[in-house]
Amino acid sequence: MIIYKWLPKQEAILLLCALLFIACVCQAQEKYVQNYPSPRDTTAVYDIDGVTVESDRYQSRLRSPMPVQALRGKELEKLNSFSVADAIRYFSGVQLKDYGGIGGLKTINVRSMGSAHTSVFYDGVVIKNAQNGQVDLGKFSLDNIEALELFNGQKSNIFQPALGFFASNTLFMQSKIPVFEDEEQEHAKISFKTGSFGLINPSLLYERRINEGLSVAFNTEYITANGKYKYRYQKENGYDTTATRQNGDIESLRAEITLHQAFKSGGKASLKGYYYESERGLPGAIVANIFSHYQRLWDKNFFVQGMLHKSFFDKHELLVNAKYSSDYNRYIDPNYQTIEGALDNRYYQREFYTSVVNQYMLNSWWDVSLAADYSFNTLDANLYRFTYPSRSSYYIAVSSAIHRDRLEIQANLLGAYVNDKVKFYQKGSDQQVFNPVISVSYQPFTLHENFRIRAFYKESFRMPTFNDLYYTFVGNTFLRPEFTTQYNIGATWQAKPNHILEAFTIQVDGYYNQVKDKIVAMPSANLFRWTMMNLGEVEVKGLETNLRGIKEIANVSLEIGMGYTFQKAIDITASSTVYGDQIPYTPVHSGTFTSSASYQNWQANFSFIYTGERYSQKANLPVNYVQPWYTSDLGLTWKNRYGKYQYSMGLETNNLFNQYYDVVLNFPMPGRNYRLKFNISF
Amino acid sequence: MKYALHYLLFLLILSTLSSCREDDFISLPDADKLPEQEASNIAGFYLLNEGNMNMNKASLDYYDYQTGLYTRNLYGTANPNSTLGLGDVGNDLGLYGSKLYAVINASNKVEVIDAETTERIAVLEVKNCRYVTFDGGFVYVSAYDGEVSLGNDKPNGFIAKYDTINFDLINKIEVGRQPEEMAVSNGKLYIANSGGYSPPQYENTISVIDLDSFKVIKAIEVAINLHRVKADGKGNIYVSSRGDYYNTPSNLFVIDTQLDQVIDQFNIPCSNLTISGDTAYVIGSAFDYSLGGFKVDYAMINTQTRELLSQPFISQELVDNIKTPYGLAVDAYSGNIYITDAGDYVSPGKLYAYNLKADSLLFEQVTGDIPSQIAFLFKNAYKN
Repeated sequence: MIIYKWLPKQEAILLLCALLFIACVCQAQEKYVQNYPSPRDTTAVYDIDGVTVESDRYQSRLRSPMPVQALRGKELEKLNSFSVADAIRYFSGVQLKDYGGIGGLKTINVRSMGSAHTSVFYDGVVIKNAQNGQVDLGKFSLDNIEALELFNGQKSNIFQPALGFFASNTLFMQSKIPVFEDEEQEHAKISFKTGSFGLINPSLLYERRINEGLSVAFNTEYITANGKYKYRYQKENGYDTTATRQNGDIESLRAEITLHQAFKSGGKASLKGYYYESERGLPGAIVANIFSHYQRLWDKNFFVQGMLHKSFFDKHELLVNAKYSSDYNRYIDPNYQTIEGALDNRYYQREFYTSVVNQYMLNSWWDVSLAADYSFNTLDANLYRFTYPSRSSYYIAVSSAIHRDRLEIQANLLGAYVNDKVKFYQKGSDQQVFNPVISVSYQPFTLHENFRIRAFYKESFRMPTFNDLYYTFVGNTFLRPEFTTQYNIGATWQAKPNHILEAFTIQVDGYYNQVKDKIVAMPSANLFRWTMMNLGEVEVKGLETNLRGIKEIANVSLEIGMGYTFQKAIDITASSTVYGDQIPYTPVHSGTFTSSASYQNWQANFSFIYTGERYSQKANLPVNYVQPWYTSDLGLTWKNRYGKYQYSMGLETNNLFNQYYDVVLNFPMPGRNYRLKFNISF
Repeated sequence: MKYALHYLLFLLILSTLSSCREDDFISLPDADKLPEQEASNIAGFYLLNEGNMNMNKASLDYYDYQTGLYTRNLYGTANPNSTLGLGDVGNDLGLYGSKLYAVINASNKVEVIDAETTERIAVLEVKNCRYVTFDGGFVYVSAYDGEVSLGNDKPNGFIAKYDTINFDLINKIEVGRQPEEMAVSNGKLYIANSGGYSPPQYENTISVIDLDSFKVIKAIEVAINLHRVKADGKGNIYVSSRGDYYNTPSNLFVIDTQLDQVIDQFNIPCSNLTISGDTAYVIGSAFDYSLGGFKVDYAMINTQTRELLSQPFISQELVDNIKTPYGLAVDAYSGNIYITDAGDYVSPGKLYAYNLKADSLLFEQVTGDIPSQIAFLFKNAYKN
């Protein structure tokens, strides 16, 4: 295994000690806090880790003033998904930019605002990429994921870190938390997956109870795949070429260890260490005469994060988060020969992040909170004319939440101050941003308590990334943040169980978004180079519908879900030659269908995704037209139990009808492929 | 179990519904009517659109002088069996005899195309190829990547020599790093070396190859990051330097090919130039302190006297219209100037035709993405 050479050991150890210290102090303090109030019965039932307590989850989804979509536990298992990226395709309003294969870059774009406008949280703490703003969701395996939640706008709980309020959209990934029955001391799960693309994927989960409140979970996973698959490019009355995807191999290792502490008097703490490393080929674009590429990428990512949730006096709650993370990337291009040999770029990113949230209950129906976050990011790289930037970001969110029986009103005032420093050349200007957010949920009919309408207005922004500002030749230090404005109105109805259906939910949302000062690459005025500019304005009008139903017929339990998204995302940049055109890679129509049937030890699932016609570039011309695509995935699982051992086997067939398609033009996706899964747990 | 069967049946129906997708055809050419041009020895011209990298969208347009028809996107339907079409990033276009040579940079190939039918004749495989030039029945291709012939880890580029009848590779020769344009003058081939892969260690020489022996005989020191090379037909060549984009500005030089020495420099920026008759037309942009931004110049040089003329070669109105001047060509018979505008690089560009004598815009025309190179088609083609 590669040694983690570049991690400043002392820093990491110090931080680890500090976090452990906090955890210990809190445990000691418990003795003195006797009358901790039991969590009040409010609608803010979200657990601080980012997911909802099981029993309250439908209620909370119903009452949330901002639209929420969630996939958890068994639902995730029914989707034949390998990574988080595969699973989020089933959320409405989401476009996954997928470069194909197991190792290909996969980023999320929600409601056409651009991938930089969705913040991704892992166990309650944001994952940030200050270099380019991209979070590759293909790197997050579903192996240890308990739940995925996507909020348009923000999570509808004012007791969360300030960064939870600042993005236009938020995606929460929650890892599995150990749950022990009375007598249990340990759990273990061994899984193995294999199949197409030369995939070999063993993983191990081990959980142990240390004492009544404290437990530890260890999870590790190894993935290797040659990434080879057949693809076909074909035109009517023309060429018909089938080839094998090259240089798509990947080898990765992930290891996580988490300590969970639940306090008797209420509240909890956790401490997590995370390590990921990978080496992969970059399969590249398939263009005329080019069917293989040679670029390679290495990644190493390490972070440690701690969380504490306590109450220190009546009506008050405190949430503290801290994180240190360190990222390393190395990119080589053997075809780019410099005088020092092949192009070999190395990037080092570091982040220190801390957040403190205080919530106070003014009375039985009114909460207020103050959240303050600070992050410090640095980027080093062996590039020509590199500036060595660092960034201090301060975020403050003042929030108020009113919970009445039939009405929820939440208001936030957000303020951010961002200050960059550089070692060489010019730095970007300091930025100050203020954003208001207001959201409402209302139950209009007294007799239909399971029908709610909601609305929100939210302003948000994203900072220019280090690449936008400082990338050699291309960067532009005069950039301003990119702004979004969102309006949403929607409704949810949950039918009571009746003789036809055990459960039925319908959720509809209409929205209008504007993106201003969009940061785009433009030809620079010196005629030789591109440069980044605040030029571009987009207007998005959309409609999302989600249906879910459960039906029991004899011994078969049938579950069906449907999603449909309509989106008009129009370029309204003044003086643009493409004014009024649909922006690239945004289908007007897209939809999903999921279904599963369980019968005794067997479970079958079928899912379908449709993405309508799109354009690969700004101009909506026939030459830029990209065909719709739709894939059908089928899975069959058999489960059994032998004493305390539970075991299961599963077979997945993805892209059942072997459709050859591109999500991103010239990056072919796999045709029909298979996966075989085994796991045993006790 | 009956219900399970129903479920399967339902899935089958759903799948059948979803398994049809409309046929995918090669996108057809489309034509616009432009003014006809007066009869001369020029039948019209081809225009190569670069297309953005990874988009595989290089395309060929043709403007026919007699009919005035401007046809976009000719290559695809003329070559339905050429997999994935013309390719990725069209960098240069040359016409020699009755054949068109399109250098497709990111597709590592030079497409040899019949200038009458736009059909493929041959494909020259040249890794990271950049430009073409012709002389005595041979085509010379400059290429960044020396790896194949020169061994691994060699940063230098090379010039490949092919015959223009059988397209056999005759020879290959190493030059400087990242060679760009070439020109033939006085029995010699002049190659601009850029060294653009290793900033700030740019190259600063023109490599000179003797065409009889096909040996590098000299390296002429000019300036850093050289790009364009054009022969004026009177024994001089014009060479442009891109500068370093920061402190050293772009510049334009003249080399006497008898002396093989720099004999003049104009201290004007140059991103593109063309020479027709006794005039060099130069597009360049420089930072203008009075404006606080970049200003694009359209300069003319008298190649007899090497005098910079004071007047720009297009009207101020047209200067203001062009967003990103890119390609440049002059019809030697009519004197009409053709300038392409690459716009924002990611949507279709424009072609402007301008008559200098009449000071009038003849037409403007939408092209493919990043219109760059123009190659005139002569009626009485030079035979090989």
